[in-house]
Amino acid sequence: MSIWERLLKIPRALIFLLIGIAVFFPLLFKFTLPLNILKPVQDVYDFIEALPEGTPVILSFDYSPDVLPECYPISLVLAKHLAKKKLRIYIMTLYPAGTGFALDVYNKIIKEYGLKEREDIVFLGYFPSVAATILGIGEDIKNVFKSDYFGYPFDKIPAFNGVKNYSDIKLAISISGAAIPESWMIYANGRYGANVAAGVTAVMAAQLYPYYRSKQFIGLIGGMRGAAEYEKLLKAYDLATKGMNSISLANFVMVFLVILGNIAFFMQRRTKK
Amino acid sequence: MKKQVPLFIVFFIGLLGFLQYFITGPLSKSVYTLLLEWFQGVQGMAIIMAVISLTRRHFTNVRKGKNVFYSLVTLISLYGMMILGIFFGIGKGSIFDKIYEFVMVPLNATTFSLLSFYMASAAYRAFRARSVESALLLLSAFVLMIGLTSFGDVLSESLPYFAQWVLDVPNLAAQRGITLGIALGILATSLKIMLGIERSWLE
Repeated sequence: MSIWERLLKIPRALIFLLIGIAVFFPLLFKFTLPLNILKPVQDVYDFIEALPEGTPVILSFDYSPDVLPECYPISLVLAKHLAKKKLRIYIMTLYPAGTGFALDVYNKIIKEYGLKEREDIVFLGYFPSVAATILGIGEDIKNVFKSDYFGYPFDKIPAFNGVKNYSDIKLAISISGAAIPESWMIYANGRYGANVAAGVTAVMAAQLYPYYRSKQFIGLIGGMRGAAEYEKLLKAYDLATKGMNSISLANFVMVFLVILGNIAFFMQRRTKK
Repeated sequence: MKKQVPLFIVFFIGLLGFLQYFITGPLSKSVYTLLLEWFQGVQGMAIIMAVISLTRRHFTNVRKGKNVFYSLVTLISLYGMMILGIFFGIGKGSIFDKIYEFVMVPLNATTFSLLSFYMASAAYRAFRARSVESALLLLSAFVLMIGLTSFGDVLSESLPYFAQWVLDVPNLAAQRGITLGIALGILATSLKIMLGIERSWLE
């Protein structure tokens, strides 16, 4: 068996081991790789920076545990920015599985930034029916948000004072690994002209770029890289910066393996000829 | 009658939903709000139907001795979580919440994480530049995989911007074509359903 044939028959376990090392190595040893800020992320940051203090903003956790490693860092860094800017944050989810993560971020942000519950930040919980909820907010939020997640009635929540619909809520951000940001874009932006941004997995980001270019999304945070760029902008280095090193190394190993596989494939073909 | 009534309802509601988008005023708004409320009701009913259908399917499996173990796991998980949620609450610290946090979340994340290992193995064996098209695909994959990670920034400052350009221009052109095709398809299918040409949903 020639060396090329042997290379083509590398056992699967060895490939798994290489990827495993590439993923774990950056988590064990601290090092920093450079990272440029790309425009879609910069646009979200700039938009939030330009909002005046006390502006109502929706942060929707529309994801489930399968995309947690990518979506959670995006949620956390965005929530930090909103809290830092002292905006009025409405946290909600259109995905039943998103409630736990949303509550986790809600508690973290309150603790870290000393926010006042129901004044600076409200946790609204899960809402079934994506389209009906997004459209309902466009009509009148009190028809949708009857109370917060803990059962506190709408009328007694100061964070809702003077807020009726998207004309008062200046930004809605959907974080998801599925097509829910598109629903926000279609219903909230398309019908009511609301400003919508999305934080999505890297796989979903490619699908949403056309809408970002047509300005239906004010900006996009794509996957772990997007979150890491945002952490850099905010100077709040956390989960995404660490995760980005793992992804970078794993991608590098994968590209190396594919190149190696192709070299072996062509060399073996040439030898046979 | 069994087919005509649902067809009429579909046509009428479809037309109403279409027209209210172009008509402004309080009447249009109240019709629209009513439709939204109905929509939520229908969705709630759909969930009930789904639970009944899933239960019947797996119950039949258990009775016939087909994939008994998996069907039992599905039924116990479904009703176990339901009972725990209804009788013991779903708040922070409840059994429901603990099972979700310590079983569901890690299982789900693990399944998704395993993908990278299988993708690497599959890519090594199957991703070959056999033709010009596959070579182009390979090249664009390299640009994006390296360009959108920190190694892209290490290799060249302009590589991430080039990767972004690939997403912004060629990807955008292809995505728009696909989106337009899908939209036209949805429009044609909706019209076919509203006009009763497509009736498979009735069977």
